Amino acid sequence: MRSTVFLVALSCCGIALASCNKTTSPAGDTIPIGEYASLTGNTATFGQSVHSGAVLAIDEINTSGGVIGKKINLITEDDQSKTEDAAAAVHKLIDRDQVIALLGEVASGRSKAGGPIAQSAHVPMISPASTNEDVTKIGDYIFRICFVDSYQGQSMARFALNSLGKKRAALLEDMKQDYSVGLAKSFRETFAKSGGQIVSEQSYASGDKDFHAQLTSIRSFNPDVIFVPGYYNEVGLIVRQARELGLTCPILGGDGWDSPELTKGNESAFNDTYFSNHFATEDPDPVVQEFVKKYKAKNDGKTPDAMAALGYDAARILADAITRAGTTEHQKLRDAIAATKDFPGVTGMITIDKDRNAQKPLTILRIVDGKFHFAQRIGANGEALTPFNPNGKNSMAPASTAPTSAAPATPAPASTPAGK
Amino acid sequence: MRSNYVLLIALAIVLVVSQGVGSLNHYYLQILMYIGFNIILATSLNLINGFTGQFSLGHAGFMGIGAYSAAIISTYLTTHGFGADGAMGSVVLMVSLIVAGFVAALAGLAVGYPSLRLKGDYLAIVTLGFNEIIRVIIQNVDFKIDGVDYVGGARGFTVPKLTTFAWTFSIVVVVVWVIENLINSTYGRGFLAVRDDEVAAEAMGVNTTKFKVRAFVIGAFFAGIGGGLFGHFIQYINPDSFTFLKSIEIVVMVILGGMGSTPGVIIAAIVLTILPEALREIDQYRMIVYSLLLIILMIMRPQGLFGTESMKRRAKRRAENKPATAASA
Repeated sequence: MRSTVFLVALSCCGIALASCNKTTSPAGDTIPIGEYASLTGNTATFGQSVHSGAVLAIDEINTSGGVIGKKINLITEDDQSKTEDAAAAVHKLIDRDQVIALLGEVASGRSKAGGPIAQSAHVPMISPASTNEDVTKIGDYIFRICFVDSYQGQSMARFALNSLGKKRAALLEDMKQDYSVGLAKSFRETFAKSGGQIVSEQSYASGDKDFHAQLTSIRSFNPDVIFVPGYYNEVGLIVRQARELGLTCPILGGDGWDSPELTKGNESAFNDTYFSNHFATEDPDPVVQEFVKKYKAKNDGKTPDAMAALGYDAARILADAITRAGTTEHQKLRDAIAATKDFPGVTGMITIDKDRNAQKPLTILRIVDGKFHFAQRIGANGEALTPFNPNGKNSMAPASTAPTSAAPATPAPASTPAGK
Repeated sequence: MRSNYVLLIALAIVLVVSQGVGSLNHYYLQILMYIGFNIILATSLNLINGFTGQFSLGHAGFMGIGAYSAAIISTYLTTHGFGADGAMGSVVLMVSLIVAGFVAALAGLAVGYPSLRLKGDYLAIVTLGFNEIIRVIIQNVDFKIDGVDYVGGARGFTVPKLTTFAWTFSIVVVVVWVIENLINSTYGRGFLAVRDDEVAAEAMGVNTTKFKVRAFVIGAFFAGIGGGLFGHFIQYINPDSFTFLKSIEIVVMVILGGMGSTPGVIIAAIVLTILPEALREIDQYRMIVYSLLLIILMIMRPQGLFGTESMKRRAKRRAENKPATAASA
């Protein structure tokens, strides 16, 4: 036993030493692109969606001949939703697989761990969905194709004030997620500045199951709208418990809500809730419909979520940049990504600005009986691009016509422990 | 004095090797660095769990305290006139690590004292709770100097890169040397006595209270340093890196290596760091295979790779099957 272990350890050291000095880029007929994603761990659904979107895009590009005469080889590494593992995965992709560019993480924390490594190796990294401001401040090789946290918070604040006409907001943020804290911050500022009033601020930590204490406190302030910028795992419980406590006002959230898991077993509790997102499957835009069709065909009829759309766009923008650069040389590729302008992505027209963030529209969805419906589109400067559609698309459906009814949360089948 | 030569030779080897690692592939270098951090964490936890027989599940808490203290000091220094490169960087790193060690040791003292009445599972729960308290405090603390946020709460904290191969492995050598010498000294036998039979130790005049607290303080000190090195290597720390899952990872290293065996724990730290990376080839199945390997290893070697039985258990076993096998040891 001992000797086996020693042999394992020694052989690993051996491999490590044997692979010194390989600076030549891998010759051959494929272009290696790295992807690190949370395929397992507590944000696994995000990672898997982004991955399936990216795979769809790469397959499409490869079947139509690839880019600059070569096929793209997508190398994916799982990071188990862990920061250290994300850093290890990025090192592996850059130093061992010699990828020419990286598709980054969804979670901003893991993008911040991987970003400095990509930056110092001068490998361009495109994050499909890290919405935290600091991510692209890491350096000039780090890009994102989604909007930033502050933009979501601002838009939801304006939406609550202008479209819904609400003036008294309560906040319930996840202290553990920088994403949630960031959204809450910009919502708070914009809402207060634009004439609204934040009547109550409460917090929780990811993994909590019981929110009665926070919600009871919120109820005592009698808000007419609640902003819950959390992730879907907790939001599902929060909304259900809020309805049980008799909080009937609209509840708003950010793109962290976007998951088929969100409303499972709680469909009626989610009536009269809205969240900002990157795209809507109902969007009549032919680009979107084409994508939805192809995605369903490839993934056993599964409807794509926003993460899949962003993964798809990220991979296509990267391929587009390689084509425009005409080379995989880091510096030129970086410049080509930076010059992306009005790219017709499925998540809207994407332009990369000078801070390497994406300028693009934001979509607000309304949840009706567990289905996400298009409610409004808001432009990059907070202007309403479409009129507010208060009833979602299926306004004819009788179930959605009484949004303020308390929706006495149908006891969910065993999925969520209420209380304790 | 033989061990002093061993220390010097080991340090010399580290310095020589560190000249060569610059050309090493960054990926392998990173795995090597992770191995270094894990050795520091596992050997220091081994002092508490393995040698002194106290079951602590809060090691990641000490590591987190160290990581954040070191990061605060080094960020302050590098933004106030100290450089982050070369010799200046090393000075900043050393100062930060020493502070980190002492702050973590203080936390070790704070956990050690109230926990004295507790043993086994109960102590494990208290230390687990401590770990969570640390994490929640870091998440919520608002610490600003001149308007600059120094902890970042849940947003995480970006720190300068100061950790080098030479520093990490020099510290590994020193930690291993200190703990081995401590345990093999006359004084250090007290730790083993507490583990093997607390009542007998007390009767023989060993101050068990003091030894338990010392184990926590020394273990926490080195864990703090390990955390500081980790933070300055990965350049981004957030509270999620120091959850009890990290504590359990370290505990697994100690148990797999063999409670109370420094070489065993070092080997386990190496194997358990390399294994998940080596298994990357098999994609999504790697964590299943990894866990399976752990289970198989524990079935085959319940006492750990290099583990020895405590004297009490050996005596008990001998008493049970007196004339039988002496070969199984």
